[in-house]
Amino acid sequence: MAEIVIENLRKDFGDFNAVKSSSFTIEDGEFFMLLGPSGCGKTTTLRMIAGLELPTSGEIYIDGEEVGRKPASERDIAFVFQMFALYPHMNVRKNMSYPLISQGMPKARVKEKVAEVARILGIEDILNRPVGGLSGGDRQRVALGRAIVRDPKAFMMDEPLGALDAEFREHMAEELRALHDRMGATTVYVTHDQLEAMQMGDKIVVMNHGVIEQFGTPQDIYDKPATMFVADFIGSPPMNFLRFHGSLEAGATDVTLSGHRFGMPQLREPKDGDLVFGARPEHVELTDSSDYRGEVLATEYLGTTQIVTLNTPDGQIKARTPSGQPARVGERVGLGFNPATITLFDRQSGRALRSDLNEGVLAHG
Amino acid sequence: MSSYSITEPPARHKWIAGVLVVTYAIITLLPLVWIVATGFKTPADAISYPPKVLFEPSLEGYVNLFTTRTRIGDEALAALPPPETWYEEIVRDRGMVIAGPSRYGERFLNSVIIGFGSTFLSVFLGTLAAYAFSRFRVPLADDLLFFILSTRMMPPIAVAIPIFLMFRQLGLSDTHLGMILLYTAVNISLAVWLLKGFIDEIPREYEEAALIDGYTRFQAFYKVVLPQAATGIASTAIFCLIFAWNEYAFAVLLTSGTAQTAPPFIPTIIGVGGQDWPAVAAGATLFLLPVMIFTIFLRKHLLRGITFGAVRK
Repeated sequence: MAEIVIENLRKDFGDFNAVKSSSFTIEDGEFFMLLGPSGCGKTTTLRMIAGLELPTSGEIYIDGEEVGRKPASERDIAFVFQMFALYPHMNVRKNMSYPLISQGMPKARVKEKVAEVARILGIEDILNRPVGGLSGGDRQRVALGRAIVRDPKAFMMDEPLGALDAEFREHMAEELRALHDRMGATTVYVTHDQLEAMQMGDKIVVMNHGVIEQFGTPQDIYDKPATMFVADFIGSPPMNFLRFHGSLEAGATDVTLSGHRFGMPQLREPKDGDLVFGARPEHVELTDSSDYRGEVLATEYLGTTQIVTLNTPDGQIKARTPSGQPARVGERVGLGFNPATITLFDRQSGRALRSDLNEGVLAHG
Repeated sequence: MSSYSITEPPARHKWIAGVLVVTYAIITLLPLVWIVATGFKTPADAISYPPKVLFEPSLEGYVNLFTTRTRIGDEALAALPPPETWYEEIVRDRGMVIAGPSRYGERFLNSVIIGFGSTFLSVFLGTLAAYAFSRFRVPLADDLLFFILSTRMMPPIAVAIPIFLMFRQLGLSDTHLGMILLYTAVNISLAVWLLKGFIDEIPREYEEAALIDGYTRFQAFYKVVLPQAATGIASTAIFCLIFAWNEYAFAVLLTSGTAQTAPPFIPTIIGVGGQDWPAVAAGATLFLLPVMIFTIFLRKHLLRGITFGAVRK
């Protein structure tokens, strides 16, 4: 098992810059998520780590060894493709044996090893079936089996659950995470699904337009977003943005929105200009004690909670409140925000302003 | 009441389709049947009028195809010992003796060497080129592909004179190598374009999986891509062989002896010992067989390839 270090990695396809100077470290045994919308460069990054694309510049270290220019076959990593890419002219057993045969492993040992992995994955009964007729889940397991069977230094997974239907995806995600915990192998996992990333990952890198927006644990990324993109991309519904113009000193602990003062974590840098006040929906409260009023536009009932859409003097916001709390469409209600959770952003650059909340986290980005 | 189905055509349509197919088959197969039948007629039956549909079969055509014969006088014929073989007997009945083997066997072998040789070369080079065009960033790939296709934009025979002169200069006239190269040059554009289409259809992930699994690029190509492309390779080979096998014009122009193929040779049979239509028909019949066998043999492969594709996704 291995630590993977990425330094200033860059990839250009002709004039198109797919990945811009990325750096991050994947620690040994970590379940690492590359998250972003399609076309953000996450798959290209994964393919460079695997050796399926050559980096334009920068270094990739696997286990301390620089492998950026080495062919994929010499990197000792396994790759699970979105479409599984099982060899269609071979049966399940042959598919799983294939990586072992390339290492020149004796036949008896190959058979033993394949049987062992098949048992872990619960696919012993389909070993002699052709891959053509298998269900999506079984194909997925065979693809995993082919990856696991040779004990690689690390696993690369390119949206491995993307081709499965929603119901089964949930199940496979749990299975995958359990498998990882059992084997403790470094895993790099590409996904565009923020829930999947939060649910399974130890660490997440959020990418957009070839740039790493933030790098950290799921909690840090959710609670302390480094940019407006991250705040918007993570969370459903996303973070509320209230636009305002203001001049703030370092050490400020409140801001004024349409004449109302709201508390926030102490600011660590001064800022003057177009700003954004960011609050997660669950940190918006409907309270009669506030003079800051909003009109209820819609409510969505979600069981234990409800999403209330409101019109405020500074723009539309969504609040996640207990479903028992009354909120009728057309009603005007008072609004409050949990001060400790507020993040301010510079509207121009989209960057979060440093504060007591996110100090230390932003240094990663 | 009959129910309407979108997958099962009505019985009446099936019946009409059947009649059309049978009519078409009769029209296309009749000349073929006539040639095969003529091969088994005696020379007299072959030219009788009205034409004979029912006749007593004879192997005279085949004997004449493979032998050269000399007419000798009746006395000299009577003085000979009795014929030892059935084919000698057939020849003696016509007042002749066998002088030696004909050149048909050699010409046929030339056809096999040149036809299959150029087919192999076209498909081999075509597969490698198609793979490169399909998978690598080849500079000016589109222009190169168009250039390759453009070699087929006029009939090859239009450049017969330059090729004739080139071959004479290079010492390739009337050689196996020359004809193989010529037919390969004509076929390769077809091979590259057909095979590129097939290889484009094979997801790259298969090779990438093999690369990750510890195989080199060539091993991945050989062990993963080639089996997937078998369908395409088989159909391309059939097209290439049919062209090289049947080609007549260049063969007449560029070969005369050592490398002459069967197509220009067969018509020359007519001149030997009168208008020997059964021998010509026999030559044509045998000439049809290799391509037929090759196609039938590869057709199984084709069908297998098609069902393979169906279950892939």
